[in-house]
Amino acid sequence: MLTHLPILQVIVPLLAAPLCIFLRRPPLVWLFTLIVSSLAFVISILLLQQVMASGTIVYELGGWDAPWGIEYRIDALNAFLLLIITAISTVVLLAAQTSISKEIPKEKHMLFYTLYLLSLTGMLGIVATGDAFNVFVFLEISSLSAYALIALGKDRRALWASFQYLIMGTIGATFILIGIGLMYQMTGTLNMEDLSTRLPEVAQTRTVFVSFAFVIVGICLKLALFPLHLWLPNAYTYAPSIVTAFFAATATKVAIYLLIRFSFSVFGLSFSFTTLPLQILFMVLGLSGIFVASIAAIYQTNIKTLFAYSSIAQIGYMIVGFSVSTVTGLTATLLHVFNHALMKGALFLALGAVMYRIGSVQLSQFQGLGRQMPLTMAAIVIGGLSLIGVPLTVGFVSKWYLLMALIEQGWWPVAVLIVLGSLLAVVYVWRLVEIAYFKPQLVGKESVKEAPLSFLIPIWILVMANIYFGIDTRLSVQVAQAAAQSLFGVSP
Amino acid sequence: MKDLVAVVMLAGIYGLLSACFFVAMDAVDVAFTEASVGAGISTLLMLVAITMTGRSEQAARHKPALAFVVVVITGGLLIYGTLDMPYFGAVDAPIQVHVAPRYINDSMQEVGVPNIVTSVLASYRGFDTFGEAVVIFTAGIGVLTLLPVLRSRKGDDAVESLNDSMHEQHLIVRIVTKILIPLILLFALYVQFHGDFGPGGGFQAGVIFAAAIILYAMLFGLEVARRVINQTFIQFAAAFGVLLYGSVGLVSLLNGGNFLDYSVLSADPIAGQHLGILLIELGVGCTVTSVMVIIFFHFAGRKEDKQRMKEEEVG
Amino acid sequence: MLIGLYNYWIVVVLMMIGFYIVIAHGNLIKKIVGLTIFQTSVFIFYISMAKVDGGTAPILADGIERYSNPLPHVLILTAIVVGIATTALALALTVRIKEAYGSIEEEHIQEKDNQAC
Repeated sequence: MLTHLPILQVIVPLLAAPLCIFLRRPPLVWLFTLIVSSLAFVISILLLQQVMASGTIVYELGGWDAPWGIEYRIDALNAFLLLIITAISTVVLLAAQTSISKEIPKEKHMLFYTLYLLSLTGMLGIVATGDAFNVFVFLEISSLSAYALIALGKDRRALWASFQYLIMGTIGATFILIGIGLMYQMTGTLNMEDLSTRLPEVAQTRTVFVSFAFVIVGICLKLALFPLHLWLPNAYTYAPSIVTAFFAATATKVAIYLLIRFSFSVFGLSFSFTTLPLQILFMVLGLSGIFVASIAAIYQTNIKTLFAYSSIAQIGYMIVGFSVSTVTGLTATLLHVFNHALMKGALFLALGAVMYRIGSVQLSQFQGLGRQMPLTMAAIVIGGLSLIGVPLTVGFVSKWYLLMALIEQGWWPVAVLIVLGSLLAVVYVWRLVEIAYFKPQLVGKESVKEAPLSFLIPIWILVMANIYFGIDTRLSVQVAQAAAQSLFGVSP
Repeated sequence: MKDLVAVVMLAGIYGLLSACFFVAMDAVDVAFTEASVGAGISTLLMLVAITMTGRSEQAARHKPALAFVVVVITGGLLIYGTLDMPYFGAVDAPIQVHVAPRYINDSMQEVGVPNIVTSVLASYRGFDTFGEAVVIFTAGIGVLTLLPVLRSRKGDDAVESLNDSMHEQHLIVRIVTKILIPLILLFALYVQFHGDFGPGGGFQAGVIFAAAIILYAMLFGLEVARRVINQTFIQFAAAFGVLLYGSVGLVSLLNGGNFLDYSVLSADPIAGQHLGILLIELGVGCTVTSVMVIIFFHFAGRKEDKQRMKEEEVG
Repeated sequence: MLIGLYNYWIVVVLMMIGFYIVIAHGNLIKKIVGLTIFQTSVFIFYISMAKVDGGTAPILADGIERYSNPLPHVLILTAIVVGIATTALALALTVRIKEAYGSIEEEHIQEKDNQAC
């Protein structure tokens, strides 16, 4: 069975989704979803072990050899992403039943879990596949379920946010489709491995240049890279808390993965970074993303919106690391992908707990919560510190690598700007801390209690991970470095 | 143009025209699908949606300048990109000489199905088609969550009278439809099982099958149709289609092949391929039919439920 | 060059008409129609690539030497299904938006959201 792990990774949640329809009873469906997600998590650990021990795994679907059939190709980068997605999904699910009991009507619970599993499937499918068109199909599975999940939010603005996301997302996907079509036109193949060997022959043509541009713009729409980020804040704010926690921690990471996969593996380093001014372009966009989004975050009164903007800023850091295009830079990006998933997972889950107890995440409602929900607020504070990049948290590790990468290249001004950007995070985190700890309790809210255990356990698992991987960096750095090196073709 | 019905009809005509174009381009399977989807289902859904959202556009706020710039840049880039493309219809273009020849030359020996599109769709790239079935399933679940059925407080008698008044008068249409529906269903079955030899397959058959049911619902009233086709049952059917597809893959996995490797399903690889394709096409057909019916029932049902609730409030 | 590529240029124009409708119009139904046109044009683009001079439909028969490329056909079959799935979901959202906001004009919806804040 071990040889079938790559496909099991995707089809276990996939087949579980229709089974949910047969189970029907919400608590049962929840338990089932949780078990399936844990199973996927175990599979991803096994996959990572296999990859680290024996190198890239190739799995031919339908028994047809690539490029005629579709193949799954798992290297260190894929395995790393699969691990992040399944881990976050499992932890978030622990809190799901409690959280949605207040946010989603009961008759929709079964459908919620079905969509959740489909969304998980979509993301895993994108990451696992080695076929460019298959990426598009699974991208749509994850997007369609994402639109429906976001629209489940209680506020009517969730509907509008979801519609905007749908329009932007579909434009993005269609751009990717055009890009893939042009690529196919010039090479006659859809397999990524095959593409990477056949593209250099035609790299000088205008068609390949345009195809690259379309794929990259399409991915950036999905990634919410500044200035294409407009759909993200509303979508994250009005979606149900569990959905926000899951997507904030995983969805943009998948887009980052696609960006790396297409520019490093498919088109190749020399094409992406020498033929095109991608380096300077992404550097500028990344930096402006950090500043614009961080400043916007400072002015938000809804905490979910605040952290949504902070997500856009964090994407900026990942993009800056990417634009350095060295092994260290890419390692920093991958580390930040991992670390940001941990931070935002913890933060949005904690906000979910606040939502559960108070029914709102407006800044003014946080008054005095530091005493009433000490454990939840402590988690938010640690998550916030991690976001800033304080030593002993994961945020520090990835920023440290990012600064190293920049200094290696002698890009001092950029390094200074990165540090300045982090200071902006101090401002928006501090605003929350100030209200929660130094303001008296609101009248009429004295009865607010600490969040239930079903919230606290997953929140603190993530917080502990934030601290653990901030101190013991061996595991995460080793995997991220292996992934980065394999992309640069350096043997570890 | 302010009248949305006209807009939607034009979009439908565009779909039909592109289907004609696909025939001219030798893509008969695609044409079949586009005709049933672009000119059929999607137009129908848009019309139903318009009955609920209002048929005329109110305030026209355009952002022509910015949009125009974006569009011109994108279009210019694309035209620029086409400059180095192989010419239209070129025999020696990369896509004609690299991957495709194996499909054309060897699929008869390897899969044993004359329709190459079917063998690529169902076997070589069977996983894409699995993904496609899942996409449709996702859409069905999405519509279910977005437009849940609003339950009427009154009993079924009220529904009956409503239906009588609405649907009694079209006697001739009803009789013609009664004759037509079995024929449509028969045609759907033909398309379902003839996909190996001619254009057609699970998806097209599913759409036609759903069309028959939708036609029935339109003429005899939604409530009657809902009673004929149980809601829970149709949801099970949608899930069952995906599961059927998946279990074909799982069985081939257990028989020692890779996922969706049909050759191991039977002692003779070609027979195995045939069996596998038959089963997965059934799975696709099942899911597509049920999802299309679910989508239509929930759109149209939403409208009738709203109307009824209004009447109850007044009455 | 004009003869060899004109087909693609027409497709590009069609695509851009659809794309323009999506981003310029405020009515949600029109946006969805635009999206459909945009996607359908991309389908035409793919199918044009598959055509071979003198080829026929890729269904094997005796006495035919040259077939059009079946692979883009397969891809587009999948893409059409994805397209209708997206359209259905978008329309469902539109119906809900109409119920919640009483309008399907982008402008009105944003006005109402701003008032609520």
